[in-house]
Amino acid sequence: MTSVGPTTGPSTAVPETTASEPAVLKAPDRFGGRLFSANLRQNGIYIAFALIIALFSILTDGDLLAPQNISNLVVQNSYILILAIGMILIIIAGHIDLSAGSVVAVTGAISAVLMVNNDVPWPLAILITLICGGLIGAWQGYWVAYFGIPAFIVTLAGMLVFRALTLAVLGNQGIGPFPDEVRTIANGFMPTYLGNIGLGPLDGADLLTLLLGVAFVAGIVITQWRARAGRVRYGQSVEPTALFVTKLAIAAVVVMTVIVQLARFKNLPWVLVLLAALVLAYSLLTDRVVFGRHIYAIGGNFNAATLSGIKVKSVTFWLFVNMGVLASIAGIVFAGRLNQAGPTAGNGFELDAIAAAFIGGAAVQGGVGRVVGAITGGLIMGVINNGMSLIGAPSEQVMLFKGLVLLAAVAFDVFAKRRAGTAR
Amino acid sequence: MTDVILQMRHITKTFPGVTALDDVNLTVRRGEIHAICGENGAGKSTLMKVLSGVHPHGDYTGEITLDGQPCRFGGIRDSERLGVVIIHQELALCPNLSIAENIFLGNERAPRGVVNWNRTNAEAAELMQRVGLHENPTTPAMDLGVGKQQLVEIAKALSKRVRLLILDEPTAALNDDDSAHLLDLLRGLRDQGITCVIISHKLNEIQAIADSTTILRDGRTIETLDMTADVTEDRIIAGMVGRDLEHRFPEHEPRIGEEVLRIEDWTVHSPTQHGRVVVSGANLSLRRGEIVGLAGLMGAGRTELAMSVFGRSYGIGISGRIFKDGREIRLKTVGDAIRHGIAYATEDRKRYGLNLIEDIKRNVSAAGLNKLATRGWIHDNEEYRVADGFRAGMNIKAPNVSAVTGKLSGGNQQKVVLSKWLFTDADVLILDEPTRGIDVGAKYEIYSIINHMADQGKAVLVISSELPELLGVCDRIYAMSAGRITGQVTREQATPERLMQFMTKVKEQ
Repeated sequence: MTSVGPTTGPSTAVPETTASEPAVLKAPDRFGGRLFSANLRQNGIYIAFALIIALFSILTDGDLLAPQNISNLVVQNSYILILAIGMILIIIAGHIDLSAGSVVAVTGAISAVLMVNNDVPWPLAILITLICGGLIGAWQGYWVAYFGIPAFIVTLAGMLVFRALTLAVLGNQGIGPFPDEVRTIANGFMPTYLGNIGLGPLDGADLLTLLLGVAFVAGIVITQWRARAGRVRYGQSVEPTALFVTKLAIAAVVVMTVIVQLARFKNLPWVLVLLAALVLAYSLLTDRVVFGRHIYAIGGNFNAATLSGIKVKSVTFWLFVNMGVLASIAGIVFAGRLNQAGPTAGNGFELDAIAAAFIGGAAVQGGVGRVVGAITGGLIMGVINNGMSLIGAPSEQVMLFKGLVLLAAVAFDVFAKRRAGTAR
Repeated sequence: MTDVILQMRHITKTFPGVTALDDVNLTVRRGEIHAICGENGAGKSTLMKVLSGVHPHGDYTGEITLDGQPCRFGGIRDSERLGVVIIHQELALCPNLSIAENIFLGNERAPRGVVNWNRTNAEAAELMQRVGLHENPTTPAMDLGVGKQQLVEIAKALSKRVRLLILDEPTAALNDDDSAHLLDLLRGLRDQGITCVIISHKLNEIQAIADSTTILRDGRTIETLDMTADVTEDRIIAGMVGRDLEHRFPEHEPRIGEEVLRIEDWTVHSPTQHGRVVVSGANLSLRRGEIVGLAGLMGAGRTELAMSVFGRSYGIGISGRIFKDGREIRLKTVGDAIRHGIAYATEDRKRYGLNLIEDIKRNVSAAGLNKLATRGWIHDNEEYRVADGFRAGMNIKAPNVSAVTGKLSGGNQQKVVLSKWLFTDADVLILDEPTRGIDVGAKYEIYSIINHMADQGKAVLVISSELPELLGVCDRIYAMSAGRITGQVTREQATPERLMQFMTKVKEQ
């Protein structure tokens, strides 16, 4: 290293890249131990997910991973997962949203009134519903961001207000049925284009779907590989090649397994495609977009964010708008799936979404969390629900297990942080 | 030897990376008012926290004897049981509780666990009588002014049968009348046999009230003065500032250019205390390549001045004008200030400066993220390159820029904060207590960085409570007292004594 001691004086201009610094490249080895424990903390959730899947696969004699069941798992949990995406962003910023379930109900009702009662064409109806969701979010965001009322209170009020609006709109009865297109989005499958390739273990799988799956996996591998190569070029420390390849391989196998299984059943559910697009978009938002970075800054230290010129109020406001839009997507999907908008729709969804976020590694104080983590957290709960119902466990046992998993996940996180010495 | 109530011997207390107290000795006679003086950061508050058990036995080395008995306090309760009570600088009243409830907080008049309200209020009234607080005992504490809240704190101390009362800057937030009343009260308590240890920056008060004064500097005891002899303020100042300026500061030859920032008639009101003027009619100007100091004691309004200029991040009812490069500008938000090339590095890194759970990279880029992004899309490799450049250039000691800032030492954290602001391309940098909580070696590095900023043509305003620092680094120094700029001296004219006179100047009518 060039010695930039106090006597030489620091260079405050942005210096030349230090890509050729061997010390930097050696970093993974020197700090290998620490890297591993950091990895364990970040990846603990995925290991837990794998263990839970393994457990229920054994308990259900493999029924858990049967094609039809995987399909059910995705479709049944899609609306919670959509909510979890919005929820994790809000939790990262240090807030909470208790109204999500009621917003699901009221937006489902709005879409039903539009499509069913007033024969509005379905694309227009969906658009209007999304706008309504955004306005609901704007209402709550205004009180939280600009008026300074804690989100807990604002959204607790919202939970009551929007449930009341749902009942007023629906007159205490369900409205249905929905147009076929909407039902397909919520409940249907991609058509088979290239047909059955009819080969041994891939029995009944659609060729196009398989090709899509391969393309998707290839896309992941290529982008990850290029990102890693970019980091190496800039002299950043990267995880060891073996670990990197192993992780990619596991991800590829898991994704392909799921796709093959789904293709063998009725092909990919449309909601899975929707969900995949949302996860991808929001992961990029949080990792690579200025707005996303500001969310972490606000949750990590509100005062420091304010004094760094971040428009904390505006960011908070738009987070709630975003949550409203996502909740309305969930509302349409849920109503479409039941083929009816009902007054009790979405009851308790917010709690599932919040639990998903925390199981997925979000911190109560804010500033920490990932979209993929929240999705994994949601899937863990989905697998527990699904697996336990497959083995015929009564609902109180399901609740008990889910509660303990939530507590254990957060306890592990707190414990790991304390060990790492970063607890605040 | 006279009757000694308290002796602290060879007290040494370290925080990670910093030695706050280094072999400090303190002897307090029974029934006296003993003042403790020193610059901010000299270790006064830490010493009192050791004495009152806030830093429990085992956290420090050395011994404390009270009435000749060695004491090992495990916490505040232990010290209070022996009649040692501390009243902190930031008052610790529960605003929603009544005066009486506050007085007996943690010490409730509650036989068998049930509060006896009649007894509570009656005894509170008695105590309030003793401290001269004429209010209803059931009035909520938040309805009282700061002066009266201070009296509630003292009444609370009296309720614990206090023998040794410690007051940490009791008059810092008080107006002259309230201060005078408080000092009278302390004299009255002394006559009742209560010993007081008082930390104060206000030398005229110390002269008026103290029987003896111990001076601390850089965590060491310098001397104890007997105030019954004729001790002048200058004598105390000489002890506080010391004379060890050699080799602590890098050499620097300033190249001063034209004026870059001018503040005219700047007035700021307190957002929490209605009607209180925090900064009053301040005028200030900075030139390119110049390092300007802003001296002042606690509560003088330095931070408030800086933050109100920095996009109104403090204060209400702000008036005055700001000129940048000769043109008047309006800075309504922090974003405006940053866009006009102004940066403010806070005095409290942990609370206001850094996202402690994030890494160095993301902290460095936090204020200038737009420079690293096209249409909202961040180039993360560039971000890494920038952050790593600062890590190398600033000599931030961390394995790489993915290290979490919460784990860095104070000096390295400060370098991250400075990196953040340098990355915004600011040409006016306001550095509030840039070396607070930083060890001596790292201070030298920070001074070098400040010099380097000036060499690049930036104007630097250094707010500091350490006079040697200002004298060693600055080309020109303003002094503030009670919200006003009370004087300005050039490097050649500056002496600690002269600055301290400006800093302790109470408003002249």
